[in-house]
Amino acid sequence: MIRYSARSLFANALSGHKNWPEQWPDAQPKSAYDVVIVGAGGHGLGAAYYLASKYGITNVAVIEKGWLGGGNTGRNTTIIRSNYLYDESARLYDHAVDLWDGLSQELNYNVMFSKRGVLMLAHNVHDVQSFQRHIHANRLNGVDNKWMTPEECKAFCPPLDISSAKRYPVMGGALQQRAGVARHDSVAWGYARAAAKLGVDIIQNCAVTGVRRGADGAVEGVETEKGFIGAKKIGVSAAGNSSIIMNMAGLDFPLESYPLQALVSEPVKPIFPCVVMSNSVHAYISQSDKGELVIGAGTDQYVSYSQRGALHIVEHTLAAICEIFPIFKRMRMLRSWGGVVDVTPDRSCILGRTPVPGLYVNCGWGTGGFKATPGAADLLAYTIAKDEPHPINAPFTLERFTTGRLIDEAAAAAVAH
Amino acid sequence: MMMIECPICNEKRPELEFRYAGEAHIARPENPSALSDDEWAKYLFIRNNPRGTHFERWVHAHGCAKFFNAVRDTVSDKFVMTYKCGEQRPSPETIAERSS
Ligand SMILES: Cc1cc2nc3c(=O)[nH]c(=O)nc-3n(C[C@H](O)[C@H](O)[C@H](O)COP(=O)(O)OP(=O)(O)OC[C@H]3O[C@@H](n4cnc5c(N)ncnc54)[C@H](O)[C@@H]3O)c2cc1C
Ligand SMILES: [Zn+2]
Repeated sequence: MIRYSARSLFANALSGHKNWPEQWPDAQPKSAYDVVIVGAGGHGLGAAYYLASKYGITNVAVIEKGWLGGGNTGRNTTIIRSNYLYDESARLYDHAVDLWDGLSQELNYNVMFSKRGVLMLAHNVHDVQSFQRHIHANRLNGVDNKWMTPEECKAFCPPLDISSAKRYPVMGGALQQRAGVARHDSVAWGYARAAAKLGVDIIQNCAVTGVRRGADGAVEGVETEKGFIGAKKIGVSAAGNSSIIMNMAGLDFPLESYPLQALVSEPVKPIFPCVVMSNSVHAYISQSDKGELVIGAGTDQYVSYSQRGALHIVEHTLAAICEIFPIFKRMRMLRSWGGVVDVTPDRSCILGRTPVPGLYVNCGWGTGGFKATPGAADLLAYTIAKDEPHPINAPFTLERFTTGRLIDEAAAAAVAH
Repeated sequence: MMMIECPICNEKRPELEFRYAGEAHIARPENPSALSDDEWAKYLFIRNNPRGTHFERWVHAHGCAKFFNAVRDTVSDKFVMTYKCGEQRPSPETIAERSS
C-alpha cells in the first residue's frame, strides 16, 4: 500500500489519476484467527487497527454482513463532543476526543475532524439551570464547556434567531469549543486501510449467523455465510444488531433497537459555521463541507430493524429547524435515511467482557456513538488483548444492570447523538 | 405512516393517534421482595428485541385511551394483528396464518 502524501498526489496527477492502487484488499476468510471482530463499522475496524498497532495482534479478521461503513458509521450526523454529565462518561468521551485530534496523521487518511464548536441551546428556565449544572460538572472533570448569552450565541452562529417573541426563545447556550464534526466515511475507510496494512483481513458480504462455544463454554468461532471461522476471541461491535449476535451466544441483553433518521438539504454556500443542538425542540444541524445542511431527527417510538423511519418524525424536526432558523424555511431537502440504533436502559454503552469466556462486546452506543469511535475502538482492543477492561471502560459493564450501578445519561442528557 | 387497528375501537387509525408502550407480556413479579438481583435485572432491563415477530403494547392515546397488545414484524414494520390486554399471546400458528 502506498503512503498518501503531496508527492504521491503529484505523481498520480501526472498520469491523470488513472493509476491509483486499491485502498485495501478485499479478503476471503481463512479457517481461523486469533481474534474475530463482528461488524465493520468504525468501532469494529478501529478495534482491529488498535489490536494490530498497539498490541501486535495481527491475525485478526473483521467480518461484515454488508459493506464496511454501511451501518450507523455511514449514516450518522457526525457530531463529536464530550460534554456528558457523569464522571465515567466524561472520561470515556474525552478519551475519544483526545484520539480524534491526531487521527488523520496516525491513519495517513484525512478524517476531516473539524473543531468548529457545538452549541446547545437553552429555551426555558429548566434548560438554563440544567445546562449550567452540566457546565460546572464538565469543568470539574476538565472538559471544556462554557455558558453563552443569547447575544453571544448569535455572534457565534449568525443564522440563529434570538428574538424573544418566539415560541421557543433562545435563553442562552452551552458551547463546547473543542467539539465538532468529522467525515464519517473517511473514519471507516481510514481505519480499514490502516488495519489491512498491518495484516488484518476485512471480509465483507459475510453475515455472522452463529457463535460456536466449546464444552467449557468458551468461544470457538463464528458460523458465517462463508462457513465456519475459528477464533480464540470474538469482539462484537454490531450496533443495532448486537443483541441478535449475543442471543447466538446464549446471552440475553438489555438492548432495544430503534430507527433513527437524518437528512440533508440541497448544497449551498457556507452559511453555518458550527453545530447547533436543541434538546427541547429536538433538532440538530450543521453544514457539511459539500454545502449540505446536515439535520438529525429523533428516534421512532417502536423497536425496528427496518433501517427506515416515519415521515412525521422528520417533519417534526424540520418544524423545529424552521422555528430556530427561519432563514432556512425555503431550503429543499435532498435525501433522508435511517439507521438502527441500539439503546440501553441508561443510555450508556456496554463495553467489556461478557459471561461467555472469549466473548467481548461493544454496544449500546445508541444515538451517539460516532463521537466515541476512536475511544471505543481503542478500549475494545485493550479489553480483548488483556482480557480485562481498561479503567476508562471498567464502569460500563453488563453487570451494572444487575448491581444497579447505572450510568444514567438518559436522565442527564439530552437528546440523540 | 403506519396504520394501526385498535381492538377496542375496532378501527384502523394512523400511528399519530397512538403511543408505543414497550414489550408486552412482561408480568410484574407477584412477590417483589422475594426476587434475586438477577431476576430483577431480567424484569426491569432485559428485552427480547427480536428481528421478526415482536409482541408489544400500544396505547390509543388520542382515541379510547386504552392499552392493547400487538404483534408486529420488526423487519418489515407490518402489523400482524392486535388484541386486547389480558388475552393470551397468539400462538405461532395464528401468527403464521395472519402473516400470509
Ligand atoms: C441517523 C443517525 C444519526 C446519528 N448521529 C450521530 C451523531 O451526530 N453523533 C454521534 O456521536 N453518533 C451519532 N449516531 C450514532 C452512531 O452512528 C453510532 O453510535 C456509531 O456509528 C456506531 O458505530 P459502530 O461501528 O458500532 O456501528 P455500525 O457502523 O453500525 O457497524 C456495525 C456493523 O455491524 C454489521 N453487522 C450487523 N449484524 C451483523 C452480522 N450478523 N454479521 C456481520 N456483521 C453484522 C452491520 O452491517 C454494521 O456495518 C447516529 C446514528 C444514526 C443512525
Ligand atoms: Zn381505541
